[in-house]
Amino acid sequence: MRRTGGALPVALLCSAALALTACNRSQPENSSPSATVYGSPPAGNHAVPAPAAFPADDGNWVMPGKDYASTRFSALNQVTPANVGKLGLAFTFSTATTTGFEAPPLVVNGTMYLVTPFPNILYALDLTKEGAPTKWVFKPKPLAAAQGVACCDVVNRGAVYDAGKIFFNTLDGQTFAVDANSGQQVWRAQLGDIQKGETITMAPLVAGGKVLVGNSGGEMGVRGWIAALDEGSGKLAWRAFNTGPDKDVLIGPDFKPFYAMDQGKDLGVKSWPPDAWKIGGATTWGWISYDPETKLIYYGTSNPGPWNPDQRPGDNKWSAGLFARDVDTGKAVWFYQSSPHDLYDHDDVNEIILADIPWGNGRRPALLRPDRNGFFYVMDRRTGEVLSATPYGYINVYKGVDLKTGRIIPVPEKAPHAGRVVRDICPASPGAKDWNPAAFSPVTGLVYIPHINLCQDVGAMEANYIAGTPYVGADVKMYAGPGGNRGVFTAWDPVNRRKVFEIKEDLPLWSPALATAGNVVFYGTMDGWLKAIDARTGKLLWQFKAGSGIIGQPISYRGPDGRQYIAVVAGVGGWSGAVVAGKLDTRDPTAGGGFVNAVKDLPMKSTAGGMLYVFTLPR
Amino acid sequence: MSSRFRASLLLLGGIAVTLAACDREERHSRSKPIGETLPAGMSPDTIWPGGTQPPALDPRAKLYDDNAPAIAAGQQLYSQFNCVGCHSHGGGSMGPPLMDDQWRYGGRIDQIAASIAEGRPNGMPAWRNKLTDDQIWQLAAYVRTLSGQPSKDAVSSRADAMSSTTPGSLTPREPAKSSGTATQ
Repeated sequence: MRRTGGALPVALLCSAALALTACNRSQPENSSPSATVYGSPPAGNHAVPAPAAFPADDGNWVMPGKDYASTRFSALNQVTPANVGKLGLAFTFSTATTTGFEAPPLVVNGTMYLVTPFPNILYALDLTKEGAPTKWVFKPKPLAAAQGVACCDVVNRGAVYDAGKIFFNTLDGQTFAVDANSGQQVWRAQLGDIQKGETITMAPLVAGGKVLVGNSGGEMGVRGWIAALDEGSGKLAWRAFNTGPDKDVLIGPDFKPFYAMDQGKDLGVKSWPPDAWKIGGATTWGWISYDPETKLIYYGTSNPGPWNPDQRPGDNKWSAGLFARDVDTGKAVWFYQSSPHDLYDHDDVNEIILADIPWGNGRRPALLRPDRNGFFYVMDRRTGEVLSATPYGYINVYKGVDLKTGRIIPVPEKAPHAGRVVRDICPASPGAKDWNPAAFSPVTGLVYIPHINLCQDVGAMEANYIAGTPYVGADVKMYAGPGGNRGVFTAWDPVNRRKVFEIKEDLPLWSPALATAGNVVFYGTMDGWLKAIDARTGKLLWQFKAGSGIIGQPISYRGPDGRQYIAVVAGVGGWSGAVVAGKLDTRDPTAGGGFVNAVKDLPMKSTAGGMLYVFTLPR
Repeated sequence: MSSRFRASLLLLGGIAVTLAACDREERHSRSKPIGETLPAGMSPDTIWPGGTQPPALDPRAKLYDDNAPAIAAGQQLYSQFNCVGCHSHGGGSMGPPLMDDQWRYGGRIDQIAASIAEGRPNGMPAWRNKLTDDQIWQLAAYVRTLSGQPSKDAVSSRADAMSSTTPGSLTPREPAKSSGTATQ
């Protein structure tokens, strides 16, 4: 007894110590998955960003993709694996929103700009003063009714800066140009019509003196387009539809698609049942890249509508594919359809990273795409030829991509048809990766892909077209894919077509990635962790728990004091977080387009609320 | 317990069951027709200042609430007119959930009918000119089944959705507690 009496306090002390240690851990064990390392970053010759689209880093962050090559790479290198553990908060700012915050902050010469989800308020914060006080606020006052035709939360994917102006879109289909110094409106253009179900959620791109804007509404039976506005005046320079006759699509003699499947006259009409192209989706809600050398823009088109594939036999051009167009005229140069006759809402709007890859003894101008359908595409960006298409996530609905014909090969028994339920479709409708872009580091040659691992059941039925209402015709129920983890962070070697490391995340990853020259990579999780990992090994180096889930893009900039800062806006929502942002009911597995079923636990893991967090190293 | 007592208990129980059965469904098939008009002037509000009272339940509500044919018709309309695209099978999506106990604009059947007909400012379209008044009432009757309001024997035991959703007869009843006018 005496002995035990003596031992007990020691045991107590030990367990207290253990408990304290546990408290000191920055997080519970189950939320810090470790990386599985499959190899090392490629040694020597690896992919590098397209030189003309990748200017020297001036410490600013002027467009969501960081540069025209869409690298989301910061050349700042003060923050390293050795010191990132000391990152601390510099300042915060409440965005006064409770819906999904997908937009990155912009930083231009000592001012930070934030555009919020609906009501799309534009804030300018003065970084030269302590605490970054507000310089001005611009309120575009979009129509409240627009919220009722926005498919998946009322998000906005960011603003862009060029030549003294900030450009951004509003949910009710407008584009604004605002003076970056004064916050005064320079021009405004109404492009979309909510009566038809059109909204605008994408971030514009400014290239070649044009502001490029596209519509959203692939779930509302809209007709997709991309428009170019004159940067100075806001006047429409050209608009190209993504369905319909060649003259509407701006297809002319210069159009040279690589594969036979994309060649022919008026395919935007002929590959649809009569008139279905008028309500066939193929919107432009994702990302645009630009190669200044060839003056070509690259962008992807969304899913065709409705989701029920039986209502639209044919290839449904030019949906779910990738366009290259001349920025001056809008004329199509090539097109590649990743998912002809898309069966699963596998939009093709994901980011397009422009990179030159080692090829023979030289280099080949390429583009890199972690596609929604689960394949990582490497394509020749001059011709649209697919050089490789390799699965980077779990796929059971496609057998592969035929590199001779360019055509993806679907698994017939997994095809949804009206009147039956198809189970175990992988990847689910949001794909192996949805809108949230990967980052590409020219230091490691790796693409850092934040993505998801979800499968689903689909019951398709006849959809009725009523303008301004959803045009879907499918009941969807999603759930975790093999392994049970709903998110994955993959470091991908695009040249050797292999994973270098992978981190299994519990919740779907809906935040874009940021790569930095200090070899630290950042991404956020839907339960609010901003994570810093080693760019070579995936080792978790630092993390910070934000007040709400992170689906926004982290950025890095050089402050007026010369220090490197990391900034991100937390604010859970988007399609994956609609269960929180829209207060959806988890008892209905089909709620939120079926996504709710996969994230029933999210309301207990994150609450809504937009908040900017900015970090830096101590002086 | 004596057998006599047991017998009378059974009898009482039987009467209760019979009475409940009488109440089962009022179809008003031979009643005087009431004009198929919408609940004009129906307010979604809760506060009636100065001691004034909210309007009484619209008399047409009785024709649709707890009425199996009306609910079944509403169930079909709910898919055909794309309500399901925004509100899913009650859990919500672009639009708010309809299966919980939160009613922004009132959960009374006449208030729901008014919301469908007139639309609401944050995105609910106004259906007055697209649907007939009868259809709007039918939809409102069905919408109330999503939160289990009608009597279970009036709702379909089969979900219209092809998979994964709970049939109306198994939907738990949500207390409509959010606003004064929403309860009934």
